[in-house]
Amino acid sequence: MLKTLGAQIKEFKAASIATPIFMTIEVLMETIIPFLMASIIDDGVDKGDMRHIYVVGGLMLVIAVIGLMGGLGGARYGAKASAGFAKNLREAMFENIQKFSFANIDKYSTAGLVTRLTTDVTNLQNAYQMILRMCIRAPLSMICAMAMSYVICPKLANIYLVAVILLGTCLALLMVKTHKYFSKVFEKYDDLNASVQENVTGIRVVKAFVREDYEKKRFTNASRNVYGMFVKAEKMISLNAPMMQFTVYSCILLVSWLGARMVVMEGLTTGELMSMLTYSMNILMNLMMLSMIFVMITMSAASGRRVAEVINEKSTLSNPENPDYEVADGSICFDHVSFDYHGDKENPILKDINLNIRSGETIGIIGGTGSSKSSLVNLISRLYDVTDGTVSVGGKDVRTYDLDTLRNDVAMVLQKNVLFSGSILDNLRWGDENATEEQCRQACRLACADEFIERFPDQYDTYLEQGGSNLSGGQKQRLCIARALLKKPKILILDDSTSAVDTATDARIRRAFAEEIPGTTKIIIAQRISSVQEADRIIVMEDGQIQGFDTHERLLETNEIYRDIYESQTKGGGDFDEKAGEN
Amino acid sequence: MAEEKVKELKGPGKGPRGPRPKLDHPMQTFLRIMRYLMKYYPVHMVIVVITIFAGVLCSVQGTWFMKDLIDVYVRPLLLAEHADFSGLLHAIMRVGGFYLLGVIAVFVQNRLMVYVTQGTLMHMRNEMFVHMETLPIKYFDQHPHGDIMSMYTNDIDTLRQMISQSMPQFLNSAFTIVSVFISMVMLSIPLTVVTLAMVAVVLFSTKKATGASGRYFVQQQRDLGKVNGYIEEMMEGQKVVKVFCHETQAMEEFKKLNDQLYDSAFNANQFANVLGPINAQLGNVSYVICAMVGGVLALSGTFGFTLGSLASFLTFNKSFYMPINQVSQQLNAVIMALAGADRIFRLLDEKPETDDGYVTLVNAKKENGRLVESEKRTGLWAWKHVHQADGSVDYVELTGDVVFDDVDFGYNPDKMVLHNVDLYATPGQKIAFVGSTGAGKTTITNLINRFYDIQDGKIRYDGININKIKKDDLRHSLGIVLQDTHLFTGTVMENIRYGKLDASDEEVIAAAKLANADSFIRHLPEGYQTKLTGDGASLSQGQRQLLAIARAAVADPPVLILDEATSSIDTRTERIVQEGMDRLMKGRTTFVIAHRLSTVRNSDCIIVLEQGRVIERGNHDQLMAEKGKYYQLYTGKSAS
Repeated sequence: MLKTLGAQIKEFKAASIATPIFMTIEVLMETIIPFLMASIIDDGVDKGDMRHIYVVGGLMLVIAVIGLMGGLGGARYGAKASAGFAKNLREAMFENIQKFSFANIDKYSTAGLVTRLTTDVTNLQNAYQMILRMCIRAPLSMICAMAMSYVICPKLANIYLVAVILLGTCLALLMVKTHKYFSKVFEKYDDLNASVQENVTGIRVVKAFVREDYEKKRFTNASRNVYGMFVKAEKMISLNAPMMQFTVYSCILLVSWLGARMVVMEGLTTGELMSMLTYSMNILMNLMMLSMIFVMITMSAASGRRVAEVINEKSTLSNPENPDYEVADGSICFDHVSFDYHGDKENPILKDINLNIRSGETIGIIGGTGSSKSSLVNLISRLYDVTDGTVSVGGKDVRTYDLDTLRNDVAMVLQKNVLFSGSILDNLRWGDENATEEQCRQACRLACADEFIERFPDQYDTYLEQGGSNLSGGQKQRLCIARALLKKPKILILDDSTSAVDTATDARIRRAFAEEIPGTTKIIIAQRISSVQEADRIIVMEDGQIQGFDTHERLLETNEIYRDIYESQTKGGGDFDEKAGEN
Repeated sequence: MAEEKVKELKGPGKGPRGPRPKLDHPMQTFLRIMRYLMKYYPVHMVIVVITIFAGVLCSVQGTWFMKDLIDVYVRPLLLAEHADFSGLLHAIMRVGGFYLLGVIAVFVQNRLMVYVTQGTLMHMRNEMFVHMETLPIKYFDQHPHGDIMSMYTNDIDTLRQMISQSMPQFLNSAFTIVSVFISMVMLSIPLTVVTLAMVAVVLFSTKKATGASGRYFVQQQRDLGKVNGYIEEMMEGQKVVKVFCHETQAMEEFKKLNDQLYDSAFNANQFANVLGPINAQLGNVSYVICAMVGGVLALSGTFGFTLGSLASFLTFNKSFYMPINQVSQQLNAVIMALAGADRIFRLLDEKPETDDGYVTLVNAKKENGRLVESEKRTGLWAWKHVHQADGSVDYVELTGDVVFDDVDFGYNPDKMVLHNVDLYATPGQKIAFVGSTGAGKTTITNLINRFYDIQDGKIRYDGININKIKKDDLRHSLGIVLQDTHLFTGTVMENIRYGKLDASDEEVIAAAKLANADSFIRHLPEGYQTKLTGDGASLSQGQRQLLAIARAAVADPPVLILDEATSSIDTRTERIVQEGMDRLMKGRTTFVIAHRLSTVRNSDCIIVLEQGRVIERGNHDQLMAEKGKYYQLYTGKSAS
């Protein structure tokens, strides 16, 4: 994990190194100051040497200024290094996600990826800044102060050493224990927040079933649990401060007592005694700081793991070594293909599929919920790799093609499709960056999207909200089809892409396809029998297997499932033309 | 002093982050938080204040001892012939006692604050949640869900920081500043003046630095919002990005936004970081100046100033800076916490759903032709109507007779979406609503269960104005399958049981069978005990709808509303579900919204809506014969 994350420092190495150096300067200067203080008191005040006071005082001012420079440098480069680190982490994750295959994407939830890219990175940014600025500063400051105390008076310094070891052990034990508690607490805390979220989004269900009291009880119970665990964890932490104070006070008293005796009997100076007392504070405070940094680092370790996981995720699909950059035609062949999302060979969700589709054919696919229609077509553009067998396009195994080439020639209109914020033209040009406005209009005409776009005041420049939320379902679907058409693909796959489009428009779109792009192989998945019945051939899917593959007429005669679906839709079946009245 | 530093470190990554929001009534909000603390933990709070005060006194006492150590003990001892350390030992014992008290005070204070902080947050969270559950649907329409969520996470977090850290620290700092100031004045007035002058410089630099960082923090927040928005959109559409080989373009755009964020984050943090070293070094400068001036004073013996006094003064000088520094660093955190608290209080002040209903729903049985209330579930329901005038009780059988009489409604009063809607559903009828998106179909069903209240007209349920029916009972009498399916974290079994909490496993399974969900549930890894998370993300849209139907079926409601309940289910499965539902709903009133013909066609009455008005009404054959809008919708061609 550290290696992965460390590799992302990149161009901010200089700043990352400069920060601790500046912090070191600040620490050194800070350590010298009490030493000079002692000199002022002993050599200046005691001997009545005003000149010495001015000289040493002047020196102290200079040192304070140098210390300030160090501090400012540390502040600047620390901010630069950590902000840069965060930037690189985000970039590395985003870049790797772009390489993800569909299987990789399925593995992570959208919300999970967003959290990793945002909250987790912010945590790491803060931790990194803390490490750069404090991880060097605190121990160094402690060591310097310790060294100075040994220079002044080794005997008294031993007290500090013992105190540091004792307190350090106690703190470490405490931290290990609290860390265990805290990781549990945060889990519960996440659950609690998830339950709030469910209630906010599902408030209508809660209210419709009059389950307010039930939810309240559930929540207050969960919230009491979280409270209990937090109290347990924080009670441990609350021991820190008294423990620390106890050690500091003990040291002060011991040093005062022994120091005073040494001043009287062994010639320790009063100035030196004062410095010793100042250092005692310094040493123990930094120890405390270290223990806190330790907590912070362990807390952000979870974020680090989550981020590293994304950066290290290997795409399950990769380009072949010498890829083909040319898809010959739109023919498709499935040869003994099995497929399962989890690679289960025993019980795959697509079982031994054999298919031959000629270039330019129009193929309908129909079947019940969960009959693996989408899984079947996903293999054609190699969104997933087969578990067994081969899928060929244009006579060659899809695994021999360059991925971009394949996906540009096999255009897929996904069932769960997404439009992006930006103008309609921007969205259309996803299909072809260099498409002229005329080409975009042409694609929209084919997809019957022109009629509603041209009614918008800004027409093709109309701004779409995120997810196209200012369009109706049918409008979105037609835009998505137009977007895919702009790729001028050899194979066009529509995965239930006209479900929200009314029957008449649906028919017009299909007619336009047949007339305008006859050479393109068209595969249409639909729930409505009317959407597929004019296709050259129709695949009937059930339970991951092909139950029939023939023309509408012959399927009606021979295929029971097909007949069943047909009858369920025509005898009072079919779909309401919901969008016909659309304005 | 030590403990203050500790607390400052406790909150990882907190401190002066984020922009300073504008506050309307900071004082009022603050007092309201205090009222919470005092309400739940009055004794704790009093003890905490006392222990903080005690802790400060003990530590000041220690600093005074520094002065005595040198002046009263060490120096005389140096001059004495036979050193007698008993006086010193005595003094150390006394100070040791004080220190011990101080440690105990800190221990007690920290311990109590754990309970105060976590307890207050728990009460606050509970209160928020409990109150939120009572709010009308309108509230959830008007507030983005992300905003509501952020109250439970971000705002509560900032409050935690404020209660557990900032508040004790402020109090401690205030006590420390006052006591140290008094001590300094007692030691030396001229040196105090010097110290104060330096404090002024510190305050000035703090103001400058926080001002600059504040500006950049606002910008950082804005850039962060942009980056987060872009990430969210791209992650949501990642599959589309892949299908269109749009990876490079997505990356380029991301890099641009990411670089902007880096710039503002760098600047914001830089200025925030600068504060610490500047103030620390100014503190050192103040220390040096005091040492020089003090040295001169001590040498010349002016104002009876001694070397021991100088030592103590210098320690006081340091302890004077620490709290000032801390207060200034906590300022942003406090302001953010107050802004968060303000949002939380605004939620708590939202008016809950009003319910003036007094007619309740009871189980009933018939005795001698009269309706009598029954303890057990009889399958027969009655409305219990207690007349307000004379206290007499009427029972009206629940039959599912729903009448809309000239109803007007708009989600906000100046934009009506339903106009003069007249509607009647006689008991046992299946009523279907048909019309384009936005015609008002869902709205009508939302009015029956009073998710929203109508502006004008009347809705009667079995002859009773629904405003008179207790909302909970009204909703109990209506089973609803909503357009958007929502499932909760928990097992499949628990999710179905949501419809009727005391349903046995057998009842749940029977309901699942009725909804045709049983077979797919059995194929899940752990069957009915499979845990669903994230709104049932592992299920397909169709499967989730089947679960939602099962959930409504187990509730076994007298009246059922199905809002596009089968839209994601294939037609064959739908037919099976439909048969089950028909069996369940036999003799009960059902409202159906659907765009599939099969769902609508065999309804007793089809109501065609357009732009919030009922334009046609009748059964399928009648409407087809009319050749109006329905005909047009049905055939896909216009009638002319």
